[in-house]
Amino acid sequence: MTDTIPESGARELSRIIIRFAGDSGDGMQLTGERFTNASALFGNDLATLPEFPAEIRAPQGTLAGVSAFQVQVSDHDITTPGDAPNVLIAMNPAALKKEISKLEIGGTVIVNKDTFEERNLAKAGYTENPLETGELSNYTLFKVPMTSMTKEVCKGIDGIKPRDAERSKNFFALGLVSWLYQRPMEPTFDWIEKKFGKTPNVVQANNAAFKAGHAYGETTEAFSYTYEVKPAALDAGTYTNVNGNTALSWGLVAAGKLSDLPVFLGSYPITPASDILHELAKHKNFGVATFQAEDEIAAVASSVGAAFGGSLAVTTTSGPGIALKGEAIGLAINLELPLIVIDIQRGGPSTGLPTKTEASDLLMAMYGRHGEAPMPVIAPYSPGHCFHAAIEAARIALKYRTPVMLMSDGYLANGSEPWKLPDVDSLPIINTIFTTEPNHVDEDGNEHFWPYKRDPETLARAWAVPGTPGLMHRIGGIEKEDGTGNISYDPLNHQHMTDIRQAKVENIASDIPLTWVEGDEDADVLLVGWGSTWGAITSAAKLVRDQGHKIAHAHLIHISPFPSDLGDVLSRYKTVICPEMNMGQLSKLLRAEFLVDVKSVNKVQGQPFTTSELVDVILEELK
Amino acid sequence: MTDTAPAPETTKADWTSDQEPRWCPGCGDYSILTAMQLMLPELESRPRPENTVFISGIGCAARFPYYMNTYGMHSIHGRAPAVATGLAIARPELDVWVIGGDGDMLSIGGNHLIHAMRRNVNMTILLFNNQIYGLTKGQYSPTSEVGKITKSTPMGSVDQPFNAVSVALGAEATFVARTHDMDRKHMQETFRRAHEHRGSSLVEIFQNCNVFNDGAFAQITKKDKRDSMLIQLTHGEPIRFGEDNEFGVISNSQGNAEIVKVADVGEPALIVHDENCEDPSLAFAISRISSGPYEPTPVGVFREVQRPEYASVVNQQIDVARSQQGSGDISDLLNSQPTWEVA
Repeated sequence: MTDTIPESGARELSRIIIRFAGDSGDGMQLTGERFTNASALFGNDLATLPEFPAEIRAPQGTLAGVSAFQVQVSDHDITTPGDAPNVLIAMNPAALKKEISKLEIGGTVIVNKDTFEERNLAKAGYTENPLETGELSNYTLFKVPMTSMTKEVCKGIDGIKPRDAERSKNFFALGLVSWLYQRPMEPTFDWIEKKFGKTPNVVQANNAAFKAGHAYGETTEAFSYTYEVKPAALDAGTYTNVNGNTALSWGLVAAGKLSDLPVFLGSYPITPASDILHELAKHKNFGVATFQAEDEIAAVASSVGAAFGGSLAVTTTSGPGIALKGEAIGLAINLELPLIVIDIQRGGPSTGLPTKTEASDLLMAMYGRHGEAPMPVIAPYSPGHCFHAAIEAARIALKYRTPVMLMSDGYLANGSEPWKLPDVDSLPIINTIFTTEPNHVDEDGNEHFWPYKRDPETLARAWAVPGTPGLMHRIGGIEKEDGTGNISYDPLNHQHMTDIRQAKVENIASDIPLTWVEGDEDADVLLVGWGSTWGAITSAAKLVRDQGHKIAHAHLIHISPFPSDLGDVLSRYKTVICPEMNMGQLSKLLRAEFLVDVKSVNKVQGQPFTTSELVDVILEELK
Repeated sequence: MTDTAPAPETTKADWTSDQEPRWCPGCGDYSILTAMQLMLPELESRPRPENTVFISGIGCAARFPYYMNTYGMHSIHGRAPAVATGLAIARPELDVWVIGGDGDMLSIGGNHLIHAMRRNVNMTILLFNNQIYGLTKGQYSPTSEVGKITKSTPMGSVDQPFNAVSVALGAEATFVARTHDMDRKHMQETFRRAHEHRGSSLVEIFQNCNVFNDGAFAQITKKDKRDSMLIQLTHGEPIRFGEDNEFGVISNSQGNAEIVKVADVGEPALIVHDENCEDPSLAFAISRISSGPYEPTPVGVFREVQRPEYASVVNQQIDVARSQQGSGDISDLLNSQPTWEVA
């Protein structure tokens, strides 16, 4: 950082990256979220990266149990949670040991000194106390007795024993960091009241710890400066701090309203998708029915049943669930019923890394079903964009009578950003017309309902729901004759139906935007991405451009079908680089489809790309 | 429906689709189909074909919906109860029927079956039990007897079979019955009872597969065997059977149901069948009397109890939420978290 240092008082920073780390039971996710929300309400731009272990409570004090939350807060537009943190808050020795290598050299470490005693040190694998050995001499170290001061300040609160008081130590840490970075205190007080209002003594303890942390910063001379990150100059509008799963859930609720259809969610709990089930279960008043099924297969099968009944049907899961749902998704493709399938991707295969991010389900989404089973695939690029992607998935599903795969990931799901609330009137109205009258007259003048009679433009079949008099019909997974929908084993009919199902999906290319390309039109290098890599690619492209290079960035929201001009776009650049959180799945698709020599950049470490990783790749290519 | 006039009467033809059944000649499925098409017009509730949906999985039985002039879905193997659950939640006013065989319902779809029954979703489930995989041409099924010689078990099956009624009672289904394809009247009466029950109804139908497992139930369902081999359960009456009604069922000292000669114990010692008994234990004991269709086997309604129906409770919650919070506004939803203005 190049900021000048004043004699005393507040130093102004353009951005700060803070990492809160502690034991799983220390409330670090909550502390990070509170700091983030206060910053959001203050007007900063920000991006977050929660990282927690798969175990609910790994043994206390161990490396396995460390839970961390990183947030970048800035006075300008940012797209990532930042690479190396400037500040690390370590609540115990394990957190210090696990996280210290991520901190920038010269960065600040604030530790809860009380936990650096023999037992915790041993659990973290320290033979000596790192606070005493000098091994942290590359950093600015603050040793703060958070536990004991929290206990002290909670003395005398009715019903709060020292053990209970200890639980409030994360609010002490939050108070200290809030002072250090001059965050407003009110949002935290408000939140504590809202969250713990039913137990006034807990409110009192948390408030006391929070204030004590704040006061500690102000009164001790340990901290010479406070720091200030001014509000960011964002577009005018109303903002909220939203994570991807919440935005996605809101998008589904909104899609129900926009299409005037009841929303049905069939889901089975799975990390990191469960929060969508939780969120939607809260919005029953919108006509949302949530069904926690007995397994992933029942979750999707129930959604197919609800779609047959005329609902906007949704099933949510992560990669392992998609694997199980494959057959029923194929059924929906064959039945030509609208269905939204949401994959919040995580590290795989098998259980893999349930709480870590990865984007390695793309080829499964494209091809992971038996038979020729094409379906549209779309991917949101930021937490806030999940809202719009959900509406787009609903639009395509309903208009074309097809299942649609929406691919988010753990990083988008749990990461948050300030999101400018859209103008509700600008959201698309999704007209869904159920067939209520016979749609075919035979040679003898008799009227019939043909379930597979198609709209000539969209190729969508007629959709008549049970309860409609006179239109009774049977559909099934067996191949059927186009038009009548009757079972047909005719060879040419199967070719025809396979062609139709393919054409129906390809046809959607004329109904989606052209490729979204940003940057220099005359660049030699094009970065192509999809999904959550948008943030890192955007910020890397900016840094490279700031160094005087030309670079372009295409980000795909629609992957099946691709935008109609994508082949032309790719052919305009000498070099195409595709960074992906997998081993090159989009690259394979682009190579296969467009015969372009895409250079694949891969990372499967359970963490998003850092900006600097991508900058290095790009600069290497530009040499 | 809000119509005040009674729905018009229907005939068998109204329930018969234009598709020609394609089961093997002589298959028990034909008589089940006929029983269904005859039963529906007779119902006092006068159901309408457009409000009736048949959902099936995969198997010979699963072709059933194609032959009914109603709404229908021939879904995928084992998943019919799950598909039907989604439909029943989304459209609680519909009459939902689920059709499947023993492989569909008790093997690949066993999980969905037990969960549909424990939830008590309003659907009538007909389980066509022929103790064999017919569509795949003759492998043993989860209801085949131990020792069954089939293509996949040339030295005999080593699997312990399921008793479908016991499984249903174990899952605490609110309506459990058994009938067989040789007695149309009994089927019609059983289907009617199952249909009138609100909640999940499970009807096991002993069904003959004349190609791959012919005569599997002949020892108990042939006309001249029925009196001595079928134990007809009648609510409120002592459980008796036999050509001269000479046998009865008692609850023995271990709590098991046991066949006795009435003359030995006297009629007052017999179990008086109580369909409405909340505790499924006695019904379960009765379901254990027979270990296969070669011993006297109970048929009829084992259990019918009332419990809140799943879909109506789900929809009640939606109604309550609406009455408390209104029908929802996107703008309010977007502003439901703390927000701030950027000028």
